[in-house]
Amino acid sequence: MNSAFRVEDLTVAYDREPVLWDIDLDVPPGTIMGIIGPNGAGKTTLIKAALNLIKPLSGSVSFSGESYKKFHKKIGYVPQKGSVDWDFPTTVFDVVLMGRYGHVGWVRRLRAEDKKAARDALEKVGMSDFANRQISELSGGQQQRVFIARALVQEADIYFMDEPFQGVDVNTEKAIMTLFNELKAQNKTVIVVHHDLNTVRSYFDWLTLLNIKVVASGPVEKVYTKENIQRTYRSDTLLTSERDDNV
Amino acid sequence: MSLEILLIAVVTALATSLIGVFLVLRKLSMLTDAISHTILLGIVIAYYFVGDLNSPYLLVGATLMGFMTVYLIEVLLKVKHINEGAAIGVVFTMLFSIAIIIINTRYRNVHLDIDMVLLGNLEFAIFDRAQIGPFSVPRSLIVMSVVLLINLTMLNVFYKEIKLVSFDYALASVLGFFPLVLHYVMMTLVSLTVVAAFDAVGAILVIALMVGPASTALFYTKTLFHTILLTLGVAVLNSVIGYQLAVVFDVTISGMIATMTLLSFLLSFMLAPKRGLISRMFRIKRQKSDVAFATLIGHIQNHQGTQEAFEELNLNTLHEHLKWQKSFLDAMTDKALKAGYVEIENDCLRLTQSGKKYYEQLSFIR
Repeated sequence: MNSAFRVEDLTVAYDREPVLWDIDLDVPPGTIMGIIGPNGAGKTTLIKAALNLIKPLSGSVSFSGESYKKFHKKIGYVPQKGSVDWDFPTTVFDVVLMGRYGHVGWVRRLRAEDKKAARDALEKVGMSDFANRQISELSGGQQQRVFIARALVQEADIYFMDEPFQGVDVNTEKAIMTLFNELKAQNKTVIVVHHDLNTVRSYFDWLTLLNIKVVASGPVEKVYTKENIQRTYRSDTLLTSERDDNV
Repeated sequence: MSLEILLIAVVTALATSLIGVFLVLRKLSMLTDAISHTILLGIVIAYYFVGDLNSPYLLVGATLMGFMTVYLIEVLLKVKHINEGAAIGVVFTMLFSIAIIIINTRYRNVHLDIDMVLLGNLEFAIFDRAQIGPFSVPRSLIVMSVVLLINLTMLNVFYKEIKLVSFDYALASVLGFFPLVLHYVMMTLVSLTVVAAFDAVGAILVIALMVGPASTALFYTKTLFHTILLTLGVAVLNSVIGYQLAVVFDVTISGMIATMTLLSFLLSFMLAPKRGLISRMFRIKRQKSDVAFATLIGHIQNHQGTQEAFEELNLNTLHEHLKWQKSFLDAMTDKALKAGYVEIENDCLRLTQSGKKYYEQLSFIR
């Protein structure tokens, strides 16, 4: 089995219409894969289905050949920023520590090594000075850094990031990309829901173009073509193809 | 004797407000209100089976219906476009009205209402006593102490897990902590606590205790642990002061404690440092004035030494350019003069060296 993440015949439906239709994916380890597609294309749903947060109508996912149940502790997850309450009474350090809960397990208390991991991760994302801040006092980019630090301490083999660059300034985006590349260098897999077509080529080495169905999936240089982008975005194509002259 | 009343009030306040922290954090504050009504249906159904108004099974029925309420709300929340408030509202009125219809059609001659089963009167609680060894203790004191102990134990054992589920449901699921199970465990505790506390102190006070101290504490704290500690502190303080005032003015104790709960919340709402209303208003005003001050300095910097400088920087016309009140301009000018950032020359404003320095270090210009 030489795929870090594999999706077979996955279909998800909320109501009568499918949100994802017959998805097949095969992502090799040590890659950074982008998922792009218009609003409502099912990008978040794909991640949620992969993480067993919603039940698919059909199909299955596997991680390095293993089922979610066996593998889930080695999965790192960064949800969309808006999915949690940022007024919750908790500090930056506490939130990062939550990434260690899986390692600690039920009922047991956090150990010194967990706290060290959290401190190191905060250092890595450049948020050490904010460790004792309440999360409500953070800016959008800082919130995202905290979430990424939390995923890092999970010490996962595969990471799912739902729009990590949303509401983030250029510097933070670069810093986050550096971290992703470090993970890749350790042969880990990073899967990123992405929006900015201009950065696709420089950020990712693997790409999935999604619009309910998989339009194309594979190495960026092969699948990131004008034709595929047009098929993915359909009506919005004019805008995107004009903006993306270098395709 | 009267000390026993105070003790019941304090123990009930502790048990209820402790679990209330998580209701408030999950934005389910109104759940208590819903449960406090829907348990009537539980009581009615239990009465149908046992036919005895004094049976303890009526309390069991009430607790189960509290749980049922939570479950139905949860089911509705899964449907798109329904928020917490709407889901609670629908379930609450539905279950309550079913209870009313059953009572009106089948039990019109039975005195069946919430008050019959859940007496909920703090003053009378001490007359309903139980024997523990050589001691005679009010029954509700025993019940509430047990409930407090259960709540404390569960929270102590599953603190980390409950915290995670309350903050980030999805991550809890990915990390393998069965968030749905934990949620229902919490909600069973809520239901149990509400029913028991109802019997001890009455309806209104339960709702106040669930929501009040936690909402008050959240004005001050930045960690969950401190929130819990402060919530318990506020709950005890409200109970003790409320009790004392009730004795002094000879009014209902429950009512006075509920009033104190409201009062402490309102005081915090107004006066809390940083998050209180007054502090926020001052901050907004100060920020506005800070930005206006920077605007003035920036305006001078932009027009200084240009052809239209005399027109743009003249103290008699400047306020029209900025669309400010003359008095506001004068206030800002005074401030700038005092700070040594500007000087006046031929009725025109001019930046000093330190004024230029101030302008250059403004973060939003850089």
